[in-house]
Amino acid sequence: MRKIRRWGPGLLLVSPSILLVSVFVYGLIGWNVKVSFSDWRQAQETSGFDTGAYGELFPGDAGQTDDFLRAVGTGDQPDSLSTDPAWIIDLHHALLFTVVFVLGALLMGAFLAFLLDKGVKGEGFFRAVYLFPMAVSFIAAGVVWRWLMNPAPGDRSTGFNLLFDKLGIGFLRNEWYLGLDWGAAALAIPAVWALSGYIMALYLAGFRGVPEELREAARMDGASEWRVYRHVVFPHLRPVTLSALIILGHISIKVFDLIVAIGGKQLITETPAVRMWILIYDARDYAKGAAIATLLLLGISVLVIPYLVYTVRSEREA
Amino acid sequence: MFERLRRVRPTVLAAALVAAVAALALPASGLGVEGKSDQACQLSVFSWWTGGGEAAGLTRLIAIWNKAHPTCKFKNETVAGGAGSNAKAVLAKRLAAGNPPDSFQGHAGAELRDYIKAGQLEPVDFIYKQAGFGKAMPASLLNQIKYQGKIYSVPVNIHRANVLWYNPKTLKANGIAVPKSWAQWMTALQKAEDAGLIPLAMGEQWTAKHLLETVMIGALGPKGWAALWTPNSQARWSSKAVTNALNRYNTLLGYTNSDAGSLIWQDAGKLVADGKAAFNVMGDWQDGYFSGTKKGGNLALKPGTGYGWAPVPGTDNVYDWLSDSFTLPKGADHRAQAVQWLTFLGSRLAQDTFNPVKGSIPARKDANAKLYGPYLKSALKDWKSDALAGSLTHGVVASNAWNADIDTALGLFLQTKNVGRFQTALVAAAKKNS
Repeated sequence: MRKIRRWGPGLLLVSPSILLVSVFVYGLIGWNVKVSFSDWRQAQETSGFDTGAYGELFPGDAGQTDDFLRAVGTGDQPDSLSTDPAWIIDLHHALLFTVVFVLGALLMGAFLAFLLDKGVKGEGFFRAVYLFPMAVSFIAAGVVWRWLMNPAPGDRSTGFNLLFDKLGIGFLRNEWYLGLDWGAAALAIPAVWALSGYIMALYLAGFRGVPEELREAARMDGASEWRVYRHVVFPHLRPVTLSALIILGHISIKVFDLIVAIGGKQLITETPAVRMWILIYDARDYAKGAAIATLLLLGISVLVIPYLVYTVRSEREA
Repeated sequence: MFERLRRVRPTVLAAALVAAVAALALPASGLGVEGKSDQACQLSVFSWWTGGGEAAGLTRLIAIWNKAHPTCKFKNETVAGGAGSNAKAVLAKRLAAGNPPDSFQGHAGAELRDYIKAGQLEPVDFIYKQAGFGKAMPASLLNQIKYQGKIYSVPVNIHRANVLWYNPKTLKANGIAVPKSWAQWMTALQKAEDAGLIPLAMGEQWTAKHLLETVMIGALGPKGWAALWTPNSQARWSSKAVTNALNRYNTLLGYTNSDAGSLIWQDAGKLVADGKAAFNVMGDWQDGYFSGTKKGGNLALKPGTGYGWAPVPGTDNVYDWLSDSFTLPKGADHRAQAVQWLTFLGSRLAQDTFNPVKGSIPARKDANAKLYGPYLKSALKDWKSDALAGSLTHGVVASNAWNADIDTALGLFLQTKNVGRFQTALVAAAKKNS
C-alpha cells in the first residue's frame, strides 16, 4: 500500500499521456507497418502478408543494387531497373534537397552566429530578424518563394530573375525549381532561409557556452583569432552541431508542405512524402503509400536513435 | 493562489487531470451517438463545391430542395481545396469507417470504380427507369458511365475538355487563322512563334495531361480512344497509331512556354487573354474565368471579341466530356430521401438551375438554351450532335490507379521528351490496369 502511494500518483498523472501516445502514435505506426505488408493496393485488402509494395521500391536482385544507387545519385534511369521510376526520382530529389538544405542551414547558421558572437551593435534586433523566418509556416513561405523563384522568361519575370536583370547580372537567371538537374536544390533554398536562424540560435548558445578564460588563455599563448575559433571554440560545438544535424535531417526527410506550396503535384518537384500522399489519396495504393511512410520513419530513426543513445550515455557520464 | 495550488496533494491533482481528459473525450463520443439517432431527418450531401459558380449553383439547388422537403432539410457537407482531392481523402475515411453521407459527388465514369468494387455504392438504374433519364440523356453517355452493365451515379452537368481558346485580336493582328486541322494548327503555331508570341500556353503537369488527351483523341478518333480503355488493351497502346499521336504531342510541347510547370490553369489562360500567347487548350471552365466578374477574380472579357473558342484541331464533332455526378452509397441513413435527391438532380429543373450558374451544360438534351451564355449555347448545340469521348484527366475512362501510373509516365516524358520510353511506360500501365 505504501509503495503504491509512492509511485501511484505519478503513474496516474502520466497514464492519460501513456495511453494516448501508445494508441495514437505507436499503435498507428504498427498499423501503418501492417498495411505496408498487405496487398491493399486498390479498394480492398484480400489476403494477409504481401511484400509487393516494397518490391517496387527496392531493386529486384542484388545485381541491380549498383544501378539503383547510381540512378538515385544521378537522377538518370537505366532500363534495367524494375523499380518504380518515380520513386528513383523522388530519392534523387530527397538526396539533393538534403545535402543543400542541411549544409546550407548549418553553414549559414554558424556564420550568422559567428558574426553576432563578434559583438554586433543591436544584437537582440538581429537575433530576432534572423529567427523570424522560422515562425512563418512552410506553406506561407512556399507561396512567397514560388513568386521569388519564378522561372518565367522575358518581360514576365518576377522575383530574383527580375532582380538579376535590373542589377545587370542577367547571366544568373535560371529556371529555379523547374531545372531538370538542380531543381531540388532550388527547393532547398526557402528551407535554408527558414531554418538558418534557428541554427544560428543554437550555435550562438554554443559560442556563449565556451568560457571566456579559455579564449583568453589561447590569446595569451599567441593564437590568432581564427585559431582561437578553430582550436578552442569549434571543438566545444560538436554536441550543438550534432543536435542541429538531427533537427535538419529529420525535417529534410519529411519535407512535404514546402514542396506542395511551390511545385504542386508534379514529378519534377516530387519528394518521397509527396509520393506517399499521391499513392494513398490519388492512386489508392494504400500498401505502397504505407511502405513509403515506413521507409521515411526508418530513415528518421537512423538519425534519431543514435542521437538518443548518445544523449543518454553522455547524461549518465555527467 | 499559487501557494494554495502547491498545497494540493499530487494524488488529487492527478485524479483531476484524468477527469479533465475524460471530460474532454465524453462530449465527442456523445455527439457521435446523437448523430445516429437524430430525430429530425437531414439529407447529408458531400461535395467539393465550395466556391465560385459551383457553390452558387448548389445553393440554388438547396433552396429548391428545402422548399419541397420541409421535413428533411439539406445538410451541405463540403470540403474545400485541391480540386476535390482533399474532399476525396475525407470521403475515403468516412466510407472506411462505415459512416457514408446520404449522397456524394464524384466524377462520372471509371473514377467511381474503386467505390463500386469495394461494394460501397448501389446501382441507380431504377431511378433512371422511373424518372425517364434514359430518354433525356444521350445513350452514348449512359453507355460510357456504365460499369458491368449498371449505372452508379446521376450526372448533374457536362464539361467539355477539348476546347482551344484564343484571343481574336491577337490572331487578327498577326494574320493567324483559327485552325481546324492538325496541319493548319502547325502553320498557326509557327506563325505565332515567328511573331514572338508564346504559340501554345500550358500550365502545370495536369494541364499537360489534359492537352495530351485532346491530342490523342484527335489522332485516334473517339472509337480508337475508347478502345484504349477496354480490358487487355496493352496491344492497342503499343500500336503505330499511338506512336503517331505521341509524336504529335511531342511536337506540340515544342511550342509551349518554358515555365509551364510554374503556372496554374488560370495563369496559362491569362497569357492568351493578355495577348501574350496565341492558343491555350483547357476545359470549358475557362469560359467562366474569362467572362466572369472581376470581383469574383475573373477577367470580365466579352465572349467572341475578348476571347474565342473552337474544338481542339482534329477533334471537330467530338465532345471530350467529363461530368460531376452524385451517388447512392450503401448503408447511408436516409436512402429514400437520397433517391428523391438523385431523381431531382436528373430533372430538367435542377439541371437548368445549376448549370447556367456553374458554367456547364446539362447532361440532358432538353435544356432551355435561353438560360445560357454564348459559349454554353454553342456547347449545347454540339452536345446534341457530337460523338462522345470520355476524359482521362477528369476521371471518365481510367481508374485512379491507372491515372496515377499515366501521371508518372507523363512526368518522366516531360523531362526526357523520349517518345519511345513514354509509349513503353504507357503500355506497361495498360497491362497493369486494364
